[in-house]
Amino acid sequence: MRLTLNGAVTDVEAAPGRRLLDVLREECGLTGTKEGCGEGECGACTVLMNGQLVVSCLVPFAQAEGAEIRTIEGVGDHALQQHFMSEAGAQCGICTPGMVMTASTLSRDATLEDIRIALAGNLCRCTGYEAIYRAIQRARAATSA
Amino acid sequence: MKSALSQLSFARPRTLEEALTLLRDEPLVPIAGATDLYVGLNFGTLKAQRFLDITRLEELRGISVTGDRLVIGAGTTYTTIMHSASVRAHWPILADAASQVGGVQIQNRGTLGGNVANASPAGDTLPVLAVADAILQLRSAQSQRAVPFNSFYTGYRQTVLRPDELIVSIELPMVEGKQWFRKVGTRAAQAISKLVMAAVRTEAPRIALGSVAPTPLRLRRTEAALAGGSSIEDAIGVLQTEITPIDDLRSSEAYRRAVAGNLLRRFWAS
Ligand SMILES: Cc1cc2nc3c(=O)[nH]c(=O)nc-3n(C[C@H](O)[C@H](O)[C@H](O)COP(=O)(O)OP(=O)(O)OC[C@H]3O[C@@H](n4cnc5c(N)ncnc54)[C@H](O)[C@@H]3O)c2cc1C
Ligand code: FES
Ligand code: FES
Repeated sequence: MRLTLNGAVTDVEAAPGRRLLDVLREECGLTGTKEGCGEGECGACTVLMNGQLVVSCLVPFAQAEGAEIRTIEGVGDHALQQHFMSEAGAQCGICTPGMVMTASTLSRDATLEDIRIALAGNLCRCTGYEAIYRAIQRARAATSA
Repeated sequence: MKSALSQLSFARPRTLEEALTLLRDEPLVPIAGATDLYVGLNFGTLKAQRFLDITRLEELRGISVTGDRLVIGAGTTYTTIMHSASVRAHWPILADAASQVGGVQIQNRGTLGGNVANASPAGDTLPVLAVADAILQLRSAQSQRAVPFNSFYTGYRQTVLRPDELIVSIELPMVEGKQWFRKVGTRAAQAISKLVMAAVRTEAPRIALGSVAPTPLRLRRTEAALAGGSSIEDAIGVLQTEITPIDDLRSSEAYRRAVAGNLLRRFWAS
């Protein structure tokens, strides 16, 4: 099956019912995408599919045919990742790739409220979110400067 | 679990006609955003089966206004619904309901048709469709029929949908009067109950509740009491006779009854 993976047209052999999450990790070697809950609640497995945020644990691989998939390995927003580190927006790190994927879709003038709404589908058991919000705000401020 | 997923097969037709023919000729389970179906699969509560992927069907997508109705394709996602100017203009509480489903990731994939067909009494859009007196357009290879939303459910997770039918669109007749929607408790906070009320304030008020009965519930007698000039306290008394909430993992019957009464009071005072 053919799809565009982080910008490169790619052919992947995998059963159509497998979760996009497992195919990315096990067939494509893209282990940056994490599994948290496996039931759509935590957002750890978030990727972009045709420009939209989706939880890859609830996407049958069949539906990714012809799609453009972008994972944490291809997000390219290094300011964001830097600030997650410097603001301690990551502790155990399971939630971080999903958080960064979601944050990467926010515009530069996103308010704290916009950030909260956007991250409603990304859970973090460690940090209590404030550091994450701060990391995103700092990164956004840095890119607009 | 993962080996079971490898056994699944997918038919991915490009037209509605092709999809309906496939559905006539073999037992297939329609799959749209998979936000209900794949949760079941991951938990192993669903057996390996053959799916009919309906996400490529243009005929199931989009929002239009036809005469006095807002028409929404069954495969339309929450994200599309909440950003639609037509929905905001005519049925703003449907946009409100869509914007409160899950998080962005679920809104981008979950569909209105999936919420209806999944037939959970806790589906957030269902009380809105109940007060809208929505009409479901169902198609099979042989037939097309229009089923009133309020007679679609026959019992807990039971519907009149036949195995060879798809929900094609959901039609909401326009209505005068102020619309009202509240969701109490969130999905992310599993411990808290989730109750949804949708209502329209007209001479004959319309009120519906989710999570208080085996199916989404229109409160016909409560509506009649309020239309007939009953006090709000009397109307809440009637409401308590109409609902049949249960104790479950999410909350208790007593809590749900209290919240339902409070919601009615807030709607009537709004
Ligand atoms: C993390 C998370 C949070 C959620 N939060 C909410 C919430 O807050 N509120 C809420 O109401 N729901 C919520 N849901 C449930 C789910 O997202 C919705 O019910 C959604 O609308 C299902 O749509 P889908 O397209 O994903 O359906 P699918 O999973 O693809 O299908 C669901 C069912 O509908 C059938 N079906 C789908 N489309 C059709 C059609 N056109 N014709 C006939 N049958 C059809 C399928 O066969 C299946 O039985 C949540 C789910 C998750 C995972
Ligand atoms: S692992 Fe996919 S949402 Fe939690
Ligand atoms: S850093 Fe551990 S879950 Fe967020």
